[in-house]
Amino acid sequence: MNYSPLTDADRQDMLSAIGAKSFDDLIANVPAALRERGLNLPSGLSEFELRGYLDSILSSNKTSGTFNSFLGAGSYDHYIPAVVSQIAGRGEFVTAYTPYQAEASQGTLQAIFEYQSVMAELTGLEVANGSHYDGATAFAEGVLLALRTTGRNKALVARTVHPEYRAVAATYLAGTDHRIEEIPYTQNGCLDLKFLKEKLTPEVGCVAASNPNFFGRVEDLTDALALIRGNQSLFLVTGHPLSFSVFRSPGEWGADMACGEAQPLGLGLNFGGPYVGYFAASQALMRKIPGRLVGLTTDRRGKRAFVLTLQAREQHIRREKASSNICSNQALCALTVCVYLAAMGWDGLREVAMLNVEKARALRERIAALPEFEIPFGGDIFNEFVVRSRKPLKPLMEKLREKGILAGYALEKSYPELKDHFLVTVTEKKTDAQMNELTEGLGSRR
Amino acid sequence: MMEDKAAVRKEGKREWCGMTDEPNILIFEKNRSGKRTTGYVPSPSSEAKRLIPDSLARKKDAIFPEVSEREIVQHFLRLSQKNFSVDTHFYPLGSCTMKYNPKINEEIANHPSFTGLHPYQPEESVQGILRIFWELEEWLKGVTGMDRFSLQPAAGAHGELVGMMIARAYHDSRRDFARRQVIVPDSSHGTNPASAAFYGFEVITIPSDPRGRVNLAELAKAVSEKTACLMMTNPNTLGLFEDDILKIQKMMHEKGALLYYDGANMNALLGIARPGDMGFDMIHLNLHKTFSTPHGGGGPGAGPVGVKKALEKFLPVPLVTRKGDRYGLDDDLPDSIGRVKAFYGNAGILLRAYVYMRRLGKEGLEQVSRDAVLSANYLKKNLQSALEIPHGGFCMHEFVASSEPLKRFGVTAGNIGKRLLDYGIHAPTVYFPLIVKEALMVEPTETESKETLDRFCEVIRKIVRESEADPECLKNAPHCFPVSHPDEVKAAREPLLTYRAFLGRQDRRDRSDLVSGISF
Repeated sequence: MNYSPLTDADRQDMLSAIGAKSFDDLIANVPAALRERGLNLPSGLSEFELRGYLDSILSSNKTSGTFNSFLGAGSYDHYIPAVVSQIAGRGEFVTAYTPYQAEASQGTLQAIFEYQSVMAELTGLEVANGSHYDGATAFAEGVLLALRTTGRNKALVARTVHPEYRAVAATYLAGTDHRIEEIPYTQNGCLDLKFLKEKLTPEVGCVAASNPNFFGRVEDLTDALALIRGNQSLFLVTGHPLSFSVFRSPGEWGADMACGEAQPLGLGLNFGGPYVGYFAASQALMRKIPGRLVGLTTDRRGKRAFVLTLQAREQHIRREKASSNICSNQALCALTVCVYLAAMGWDGLREVAMLNVEKARALRERIAALPEFEIPFGGDIFNEFVVRSRKPLKPLMEKLREKGILAGYALEKSYPELKDHFLVTVTEKKTDAQMNELTEGLGSRR
Repeated sequence: MMEDKAAVRKEGKREWCGMTDEPNILIFEKNRSGKRTTGYVPSPSSEAKRLIPDSLARKKDAIFPEVSEREIVQHFLRLSQKNFSVDTHFYPLGSCTMKYNPKINEEIANHPSFTGLHPYQPEESVQGILRIFWELEEWLKGVTGMDRFSLQPAAGAHGELVGMMIARAYHDSRRDFARRQVIVPDSSHGTNPASAAFYGFEVITIPSDPRGRVNLAELAKAVSEKTACLMMTNPNTLGLFEDDILKIQKMMHEKGALLYYDGANMNALLGIARPGDMGFDMIHLNLHKTFSTPHGGGGPGAGPVGVKKALEKFLPVPLVTRKGDRYGLDDDLPDSIGRVKAFYGNAGILLRAYVYMRRLGKEGLEQVSRDAVLSANYLKKNLQSALEIPHGGFCMHEFVASSEPLKRFGVTAGNIGKRLLDYGIHAPTVYFPLIVKEALMVEPTETESKETLDRFCEVIRKIVRESEADPECLKNAPHCFPVSHPDEVKAAREPLLTYRAFLGRQDRRDRSDLVSGISF
């Protein structure tokens, strides 16, 4: 079975029209030594059978719906209004190609323009691209862009940036002459300014930080900015984009670029993908941004029109001289984010963000009151915070898991110095009962 | 305007293309001021504001959409009607494999048993999806003849970048540090040279031979102890099988270079030939092409990278593992190039591709390529009398025609593409590959009926007749779309990339400049 509408009679007619005796005539150019005599794979399944088979496999997963989960760490379980998936599931959007034919793609183009507009607003910067693969790759390309723009070869990246973002940046830079050095964090879980000041040498083209950072802390970046400006380095800020609606946005901190993950704005957890990277920048960097950009213009009759623009940056025009190799990115995810933000509106978005802050703070207080736990990095947070367990963490996590609770993300693997520390995430979806269940579980001696 | 109306009266009216021509009104222009309660989640308490100190609080207001859910639905559904898509139109866009995207893929990938999975959940709670990753890899190995796959890359170009990283790591591991060149044929996809250059390789472009294949003499001249890798696709972008591939692989391997396969054209090969058998060392597959995951208006896709045994240890982390009936993720691979994406790739896209492969199975997949090749040859044969076909003979899943003969009427390949839109057919890929003048690259895929293919030929013939009889009609096409011939020069000269920038421009200029046709 396949999805071809051709009948055997059609196939025969087509072969005769072509003037071929059999299908094999058509592929006579394929050397006999390479001709495969059929695939060594199982036969297909009817849709009904396949559904049953997949149900049996996927039902062995446990999800955020069955667990009481406090996992975040770069992937967030926020509420998605029904309208978002309804619109994002429309075949007219889902099955279109990259909008190279502008006239037949005004829908996709306008949606991306609107996405660029809201992402620029949210990040507080002047321009945003049409999307990047994900937060980590956006971050890595942002660091590269900063180094290439300044012509310098060193980036200082805060250790409080998501470990996987740092890992991807390291991979991207490995084949180049560029280097990364990490900025440690203070006892408070914030950027070590003393270290930053010492390390800001003329070869540093980029300083990258996260705000909120990976520990959930929201930091005052005013002093960092002054140092960075003084060294004429570019400043990149990443972070949970929902927080930008109530805390100062990257643009307000003086960032030249904001690169990170927009999954929290309307996309499901999806086991880590597809997500969508946001990539916003100051006007000065506009012509160097990687990825698609949609611009507003007029058509030959003077009507408003949308087009892919500044394509001289891109691979399909410039080949080896392109500013990045990126081609397809995450357009449908960008549309999804756009619909989510439209559904929320500015006030609605701020309310969701406030609800995150309020719930996270409430849970932090409750956990801080438990004798076996402490909060190593106090201070302002968005929706995550670090907890240190005085008891060994592993058995505790396992005990809670048996009760259906995922207490958070164990930090030791990425931060060996943070043994028995874990990161707890609270979104607006967490109920009082669920938070109580966690504190009771943590407090329980059994 | 008169001339336009006359043109619209000719063939190619609205009923052909099924497109609205209503003006483009931004969602922001439908805003109504005043506080709105969304009711999607409960409200925070009035005390919550105190949790954000003034020094950290956002001060800058944002221009956001401020409309009701009802208006949002209307706005975006109207937008959707300004798109061509596979679901609504024939989309013979060469090299893009715009095949039908089965609905079951979407239903499975949108099921909460998948969408609710957090990437950092304990391994034992995600055995189902890991098993699917593992099985998908087995299937991809089966169709390509490679030994191991990374499912990480998010797109074809991302896969190419991974390939370049692996090439570098491989040569460096042999202390062969001089290999800093990558060879690409002049017919290659633009991403190939861009990916190589992005990772710091010098790109050497070699010309094709008169048969449209890799020129062996030129390749022999180009390859040296400085060559890291040759990137090519097979069939190439002319839709022609590189019948010297075994000689090519020998030439490259004898010189110590690697071969990279751009899997954009894999739809031609299922059950016919395998890149692994051709001697390719690395390959990426665009799951959004051959394996039916939707293009989404430009992503998300997925570009898994497969390699031969010798390169396995360089693959990005993590890899999917299996011990007995336990599945896991291994990120402890000392020779790996490292991590190229957060988490585990575009999992939802991988799941869709898996559903597709399991649904079709061996026989179905084989039929896919047979029908794709048959349909392309049928179109190629039928269009021979209407357009120039620079490279004769049978093609694989796509072919390149040229509208060079119509230049004498002032008609270009681009004009033909635009005029096709009027008839409700998406344009082929135009002006690519670069080695064919006035190129029209046509890829029908296996999911179009014979009637659709016949109609395409009929419309092309009609357009060829129009070229002589009424070239102006073609040059001004399309006629019944929301816009026609957007001014790209103006868009690039003074870019307006956001609504705020547009408002700023308006403050300085006459409003009517950019919004004629829209009443406020």
